[in-house]
Amino acid sequence: MTDAPLPRTQGTWAHLVYVLRANPVTLLAFGMFAFLIFCAVFGPAVVPYDPLATNAAKSLQPPSWEHWFGTDQIGRDVFSRVIVATRLDLMISVAAVALSFVVGSILGAVAGYWGGWLDSVLNRFLDTIMAFPLFVLAMGIVAALGNTIENIIYATAIINTPFYARLVRAEVNIRRNAGFAQAAKLCGNSDLRVLAFHIFPNALPPMMVQVSLNLGWAILNAAGLSFIGLGVRPPTPEWGIMVAEGANFIVSGEWWLAVFPGLWLMLAVFTFNLLGDGLRDIVDPRKRT
Amino acid sequence: MLSVRDLAVSFQTRNGEVRAVRGITLELGKGEILGIVGESGSGKSVTSYALMRILDAGGSITAGEVTYSGIDLRRAAERDMRDIRGREISMIFQNPRAALNPIRKVGHQIEDVLRQHGRATRADARQKAIEALKAVRIKDAEARYDAYPFELSGGMCQRVVCAIALACDPRLLIADEPTTGLDITTQKAVMDLVRDLIRDRGMSSILITHDLGLAAQYCDRIVVMKDGRIVEQGDPVQIFSAPQHAYTRKLVDATPREGESIRSLLPPDERHPTLPHKVHNRPLIEVKDLTKTYQGKSGPVHAVRGISFRVDQGQSVGLVGESGCGKSTTSEILVRLLDPTSGAVLFDGHDIAGIPARRFVRDTRRKDIQMVFQDATDSLNPRHSARQSIAEPLRRLAGMRGAKLTARVEELAVLVGLPLALLDRFPHQLSGGQKARVGIARAVALEPRFLILDEPTAALDVSIQALVLNLLVDLRAKLGLSYLFVSHDLHVVRLLCDYVIVMKDGQIVEEGPADRIMRNPTHPYTQELLDAAPKPPARRVAAE
Repeated sequence: MTDAPLPRTQGTWAHLVYVLRANPVTLLAFGMFAFLIFCAVFGPAVVPYDPLATNAAKSLQPPSWEHWFGTDQIGRDVFSRVIVATRLDLMISVAAVALSFVVGSILGAVAGYWGGWLDSVLNRFLDTIMAFPLFVLAMGIVAALGNTIENIIYATAIINTPFYARLVRAEVNIRRNAGFAQAAKLCGNSDLRVLAFHIFPNALPPMMVQVSLNLGWAILNAAGLSFIGLGVRPPTPEWGIMVAEGANFIVSGEWWLAVFPGLWLMLAVFTFNLLGDGLRDIVDPRKRT
Repeated sequence: MLSVRDLAVSFQTRNGEVRAVRGITLELGKGEILGIVGESGSGKSVTSYALMRILDAGGSITAGEVTYSGIDLRRAAERDMRDIRGREISMIFQNPRAALNPIRKVGHQIEDVLRQHGRATRADARQKAIEALKAVRIKDAEARYDAYPFELSGGMCQRVVCAIALACDPRLLIADEPTTGLDITTQKAVMDLVRDLIRDRGMSSILITHDLGLAAQYCDRIVVMKDGRIVEQGDPVQIFSAPQHAYTRKLVDATPREGESIRSLLPPDERHPTLPHKVHNRPLIEVKDLTKTYQGKSGPVHAVRGISFRVDQGQSVGLVGESGCGKSTTSEILVRLLDPTSGAVLFDGHDIAGIPARRFVRDTRRKDIQMVFQDATDSLNPRHSARQSIAEPLRRLAGMRGAKLTARVEELAVLVGLPLALLDRFPHQLSGGQKARVGIARAVALEPRFLILDEPTAALDVSIQALVLNLLVDLRAKLGLSYLFVSHDLHVVRLLCDYVIVMKDGQIVEEGPADRIMRNPTHPYTQELLDAAPKPPARRVAAE
């Protein structure tokens, strides 16, 4: 056609910059996310105290310049423990979400593409999982499988899988007979390839929103399990346990033991909740100009 | 009655301000039907939304006056506008199915409008709604009152939308592409109905369309818009016989008419002589007694009921029919995306219908039979750039990689006239015509022997349609392709095809050489199809 002077199109990097600049909330979320990642990677190296070192002489001190978040009942530095715990909590949630993302995507994509009895069976199975109170189900799984970090990950993954499967199923189903899927078949792609390389990637934008919300839930879930004594065991620093232990001291006035880990937990969940829309805009090529 | 002076509309977008309408001036007299004609992006729909003050978020009227019977529509309060919409000015939208609420009975939807404007009470609303349905010539109106939109055909839905629009006896009716997506015979029925209703009630009307031929047939006066400006106005005969503006001339040229050749759709300076294509008297595709039956909820649906035809080597065959006639099912079976219920498809004398579609993907003949899809937008993966889309068949079926692949993709882009700079764009960054070219490049990438064209120009503007049709003619000569051109429009099919097959209800009702079918159709249905197409006034060749 005749449009000779072509406006320049954006590359991936320019698009990323655009998404971050257009929405200050996304920029904030990515900034907080970068901070959390920094804590997870370098936390143990930069904290002022050993998170496990006890110091009976300095037990239950309120926040001060020396101990920003105060110290606990056996004199451990709360700030160091909160920062060091980031790695464990993020690891549990990322692993759990990755697992449910993969399993949910496969189940949902297969059900959405081929349909039929497979679809019906899978849907009823997912309905069954969702019929349980999810946290109670996770408790049951951890209690039954044993009290380890891996089992927390599995339990969190199992309760999150139905959400991914449902979402992917719907997204795949509406594109099953789309023109580009038909065209891909004419190009010599088998059904499996059409599904994996043409239809599934188009389901990614809404999945990203789900992933980031889920990361938040997964952290809460892991902390919740630890809070009630399942999963991570003391003295390992972990936000849930710290809140649980700190809760005993609130009555006697030592509020910092529970408040700071709780605040950090909230911060992490908040970050992931904010992250969703930005992530979706980044993986959606249609948002580019 | 309606006067628009220097109207300008802008939209705020991510890339700054877009000026959709740049100062247009219109007058509409009482009882007049005004046609606003333009291609996509010309600002014709935005103009009508501005009149009704129903612009999308981000859009605003930046300048100009709109006066309707002495009321300043631009400054009228929203409360007054609500009163004016429906009672004074009403509108028929593009997609009738989308304009109706899918979960409410159509009768109730008519009642809503009547009661909103105080035209009916609870007691007599039903009766008045049924009268409104009768007014738009819906048969058995009492029974249709209880129908849901999904139970009605597209034409029927558009009639209901008309009934809603006309329920309160408005004095001005704005019809925005009222027949896009409808079959050609339905289009005629709906347009005739709208014209009669407007005439009977002494209303004025604005018909917005991309189809110059349609506007010429139904309007008293035509306004041609381009890039938010009016480039020409006049009565239909004048516009067709002596178009003044270069753009109008291009549009008039591109509108398919009787007796014109495919090259005459293009502007005069682009009319290269057509390269001849050779038709061999050797069948490439032979279809024998093909049937396809689907299991519907209320018994079996016979989409294709035993059809037989052949396509010779180098021949272009047109498969014509309206929606639901089985032409798409037939093309999907031929391209081996769908398995037939019975019958045979011989390709070079060997049956390919017996190979399940699932396994045909790995057949050596996969690359010989390709297809250009109806909707170019839908047929390109939104996540793949034009380059990736064109490369896909080369990578998968020819195993090409690296520099060889890049060279071939660029060669194909040149072949279909796609600027190389556009290859790294995503589909949403390309125009309709560019997307169509990407689709065609992908289909011819492996030099197939048989190419199915499934309404490849249905979603395109006429000037782009002219370019794409001519591209297809050139490709046929250069690559020695055989086409099966599937379409609902006999006038377009005639331009490209040697032989035409007319289908109705899953059966072939008439077939023969294209010229013969166009000149003296023997089947009444073919006759009906030909009559239903809008007949633009003949173009007098200006003595230049």
